[in-house]
Amino acid sequence: MSEQKVIEIEVLRYLPESDQAPRSEVYKVPFTDDMSVLQGAQYIKDHFDGSLTFRWSCRMAICGSCGMMINGIPKLSCETFIRDYYPNRITIEALANFPIEKDLVVDLSGFIEKLEAIQPYIIPKEPRTVEQGEYIQTPAQFAEYIQFTSCINCTLCYAACPQVGLNPEFIGPAAIALAHRYNMDSRDGGQAQRMELLASEDGVYNCSAVGYCSEVCPKHVDPGNAVNINKINAAKDYFLRFLSPKGGAK
Amino acid sequence: MDGWWKKNPFYVEYMVHEATALFVAAYAIVLLVGLVRLGQGLEAWTGWLEAMKSPLSIVFHLALLVAIAYHALTWFKLFPLTMPPIVVNGKRVEPNVVVSTGWTAAIIASLALLGIVWRIAA
Ligand code: SF4
Ligand code: FES
Repeated sequence: MSEQKVIEIEVLRYLPESDQAPRSEVYKVPFTDDMSVLQGAQYIKDHFDGSLTFRWSCRMAICGSCGMMINGIPKLSCETFIRDYYPNRITIEALANFPIEKDLVVDLSGFIEKLEAIQPYIIPKEPRTVEQGEYIQTPAQFAEYIQFTSCINCTLCYAACPQVGLNPEFIGPAAIALAHRYNMDSRDGGQAQRMELLASEDGVYNCSAVGYCSEVCPKHVDPGNAVNINKINAAKDYFLRFLSPKGGAK
Repeated sequence: MDGWWKKNPFYVEYMVHEATALFVAAYAIVLLVGLVRLGQGLEAWTGWLEAMKSPLSIVFHLALLVAIAYHALTWFKLFPLTMPPIVVNGKRVEPNVVVSTGWTAAIIASLALLGIVWRIAA
């Protein structure tokens, strides 16, 4: 049998009951080649310090709860492998641009509020009764928005976005991508309502096209594209209102 | 947030891209000054032309060329991010095709311009 390999994992710890500020702690973790960084954290919790706190559930890159900064890059820890860092040290920290609740757990309440604010559900264009049957959609209409349905709310894109860091009120990549998903849906008629928020001070114009959100997204949602398309849409709305009767007023 | 952009090569590229926009502005100013001098008569114009030929000016122009080329290169890289998807024959054009088309168009336009200027000068 080959010798047991051991990697150093440095964890940014923060226990609100006892710590004034976050602090680093290093653990020596024995690992096998099939172990993810998440499993490394679980090893620390099981063998060194049971108080270490982090979120996870599916272990297969689908629930979106295990995001953390791994050597400074926002990643899903369940699909990031320890072997790819060995023999160097791995540093894991809570996701950037969010308040830390405890250790690697961040406070997502601001994000949830943003998700709610963009009305992430179909606001029917024309209400139909059950008797009238289902809403019909062609494959081409479906293709318009399918990409933006893949978001798993992992918030890696928020950790990647320097503009979220500068203005925490910015609605941000994933929520705007979700708003775009509904705006693009042929069954939906809520675009005007959502555009009000998207064109607001906390909306799309916070984005300076860094593009790192789309780079780190594990589901290829390309949230940065949704944000930038809606800069064009918001500008169109702004200029077209001069052409409409009543100047676009309600 | 101080120094945030130094933490990641991706952010560094973004900042360099944004900074090279200043070189684009600088070159626009150089050309504008030329236009003003042209309006001021023959003497002013030849003076400006002479100034353009100085070693310092040539070094400056080479620096501008490098910075603006970098800006153009990274600018086209942002195309797929900033544009609505382009659909041809019912299929989405791949991001790398969009980027390389932009680069090719920029190179062809630059060479064509160079050719025209060469002709006029000759
Ligand atoms: S857009 Fe991508 S990175 Fe952002 S929350 Fe959704 S899945 Fe995660
Ligand atoms: S544990 Fe579900 S995405 Fe990683």
